[in-house]
Amino acid sequence: MHALCGENGAGKSTLMKILYGMQKPDEGTITVDGAQVSFHNPADAIACGIGMVHQHFMLADNLTVLENVVLGAEKLYGIGAKARKKINEISDAYGLNVRPDALVEQLGVADRQRVEILKVLYRGARTLILDEPTAVLVPQEVDALFDNLRELKSEGLTVIFISHKLGEVLHVADEITVIRRGTTVGNADPKTTTTKQLAELMVGSELPSPETRESTVTDVPMLTVKGLRVAETGVTPVPKESPKDAYGHEGAQVGRLLLDDVDFTIHKGEVLGIAGVEGNGQTELIEVLMGMTTPDAGVITLDGADITKAPVRRRREGGIGYIPEDRHRHGLLLESPLWENRVLGHVTERPNSKGGLIDIKAARADTERIVREYDVRTPGIDVTAASLSGGNQQKLIVGREMSHHPKLLIAAHPTRGVDVGAQAQIWDQIREARRDGLAVLLISADLDELIGLSDTLRVMFRGRLVADADPATITPEELGSAMTGAATGHLEAPTDPEHAKDAAR
Amino acid sequence: MNKLTSRIDKERLLLGIAAPLLAVVAALVVTALVILSTGKDPFAAFSDMVTYGSASDSQVYILNKATTYYLAGVAVAIGFRMNLFNIGVDGQYRLAAFIAAVLGGALTLPGFIAIPLIILCAMGVGALWAAIAGILKVTRGVSEVIATIMLNSIATAVIGYFLQPERLGELQQGGTLVSTKPLPEGSWFFTVDAGPAGTVWGFIVVAVIVGLAYWFVLGRTRFGFDLRTVGQSESAASASGVSVKRMVATSMLISGAVAGLIGMPTLLNDSHQFDNSFPVGIGFTGIAIALLGRNHPVGIALGALLWGYLERTTNHLEMQGYDKEILGVIQGVIVLCVVIAYEVVRRYGLMRQQHRVGAELAAQAAAPAQAPAAASTENQEVAK
Repeated sequence: MHALCGENGAGKSTLMKILYGMQKPDEGTITVDGAQVSFHNPADAIACGIGMVHQHFMLADNLTVLENVVLGAEKLYGIGAKARKKINEISDAYGLNVRPDALVEQLGVADRQRVEILKVLYRGARTLILDEPTAVLVPQEVDALFDNLRELKSEGLTVIFISHKLGEVLHVADEITVIRRGTTVGNADPKTTTTKQLAELMVGSELPSPETRESTVTDVPMLTVKGLRVAETGVTPVPKESPKDAYGHEGAQVGRLLLDDVDFTIHKGEVLGIAGVEGNGQTELIEVLMGMTTPDAGVITLDGADITKAPVRRRREGGIGYIPEDRHRHGLLLESPLWENRVLGHVTERPNSKGGLIDIKAARADTERIVREYDVRTPGIDVTAASLSGGNQQKLIVGREMSHHPKLLIAAHPTRGVDVGAQAQIWDQIREARRDGLAVLLISADLDELIGLSDTLRVMFRGRLVADADPATITPEELGSAMTGAATGHLEAPTDPEHAKDAAR
Repeated sequence: MNKLTSRIDKERLLLGIAAPLLAVVAALVVTALVILSTGKDPFAAFSDMVTYGSASDSQVYILNKATTYYLAGVAVAIGFRMNLFNIGVDGQYRLAAFIAAVLGGALTLPGFIAIPLIILCAMGVGALWAAIAGILKVTRGVSEVIATIMLNSIATAVIGYFLQPERLGELQQGGTLVSTKPLPEGSWFFTVDAGPAGTVWGFIVVAVIVGLAYWFVLGRTRFGFDLRTVGQSESAASASGVSVKRMVATSMLISGAVAGLIGMPTLLNDSHQFDNSFPVGIGFTGIAIALLGRNHPVGIALGALLWGYLERTTNHLEMQGYDKEILGVIQGVIVLCVVIAYEVVRRYGLMRQQHRVGAELAAQAAAPAQAPAAASTENQEVAK
């Protein structure tokens, strides 16, 4: 098992794309099993026994596991009983525990990942590439994944493993390669290396820590949310007694509560962290707070003003800053120059506009300031946002949002896909603003980030805030088990089951 | 500042011109092959097109045609910038021209009141007709493509119904042609006399104003920024506080209003009445021209002029014994090539820029290792 580490933009993805035949190298050779090969497309790579498990799953939700696995590989074992037998065989051999007839949409993230692995094995892969496989998993699921991978290894398969999480890398890999700016900067032996050494190798500097030192929490509430409820979007909830109308909708899904009686308060200078496996209502919570979705019930109060019915633009003008979960979809205009991206979301505010007109000159000048102050690495402000690396795009977004002195910052995965150096900067900026009385709602899948940055922690599960914890005492493992719904109530360091039950009633 | 930035801009400009040029050249090659296959000499045809097209009466004709086409191109382009495909420009302008012609025929007011009224009426009708599709899209999620196509047919039927002697039409002297009541001479738009070459329609001034307004609103106003944002990314727009639905409805209205102007040069400067010989299909021409002009106000103007030129010169070719279908072939091939060429050039440009930025940053990152002081000043320079 070989781990590949490196900062964002170091060339990991490019290397993987080349190995999987999605991109062609300008120079150099690839040797598989002693034979030199060259790939023109992924099919060539698959033929050589290389399989890739992408970070974002490539599964069709409305098909069964069996259908997903045979899709595109119908020639191997057909689509019927033979394929099913083969799937069961693989699943048993490596302990993957996959049910061929389950619908993919009903599977959890960890199960989907196992389906992806099975898909690759089904195609006869002997070398598996896993691109940040643990990014979406909670600690318990990560352990299960590693067990699976060890199983594969013991069967003689090769696993290439890409990860940002250095602890995991050291824990699971047999060998580590670190790359920086497109070249290999070193190999490490996981038995003798520490996380710190590895990080230094990666960035050539010290590992940043998300820890917040002194508390700046005040008792002035900035954002109060009461009884927030959102039902399944997309289809209008149809009353059950009119089956005619419900035709074509998925009956069971209609009206499912995505947010169920969510209550919380964030004070000035407080960072409220929300932990949870993705898809448990975090996205909906953000959309409701931003005003992109209208809640079915509940009241949102920002700095004493009821904003439940305010449109997005008014909320933004009223002091909500937003670092979106998916910056490409919600935070940037990829094909527009940087200065236009600086205007995005704040088009009605100074210095971007005067009256109804865009103040191009001022907006450009301010973009240059952001680029300078937030260390956005770019040759200029006229290049398109798409040509920046993820970390620099994120720095631009953070700079843009902070420039309007928000009262409340909604930060969803603020450091996702951001390299270690930029990560530290973003954390610093959040901490600094927090000292000045900024309230932050932090939603993240990175438990270390959550624990390190938050003043208060809540756990979200199936649309409800099921548990709370003190970041000073909680461990990632405990948080992880609460995220899967295994624990509720107030989480204490030595988990007291009596107390937990009490709190949960 | 920044040699690099200016270089990228220059390159962007170059790439911007490359695509339409490529398309036109490809179209000429294909046309030459088509003419060759009919057993005629393509070069003789091309040289005839050049000499005939540069004659002064041809130029007046081209300008007048281009006025109409330009308005059509802008009307479609407004939708395109929003990612809306307003195919209904055709129905919008015909219905608008018809109703405006009826109004104009009925008015006995002096020109300086009547003409603005007629124009406003046309814009209003165009906007309303487009609004139907806009409202359907916003409230019911009906694709604007389908809705506008059907509205085109409905517009044809509505005009056919009302353009009859006992309704809003009247029988002309010869007794063969039904038209609306002709506009009184006071309601005619001014023309510029170009001597023996003919007259240039004064409506070209309005077309220029529309082009300027289009450029200003899109590029300089908050509203235009919001509109472009929605066109680029609906999700980013709604997250940044633009009401996508309202934007869709508004831009459909504006597109329809400009579409209402398309019939005006013909009505106010040329025919002065609406009858069955009123030009049809200009809405579709507008789609081609907007594509050709990359939704850019100047690009659309060039596209409109090219279209007028091709029409004028291929008409003449027909008299020289060439097939009249040549025009369709050239136009069709240009549009196809344009769509392909833009996509290719766009992807190439984006890739090139990414490489360039990457290379620049690598160079920048390598520099501080050796000379941190020098690098920091360099950084600041770049930041400026």
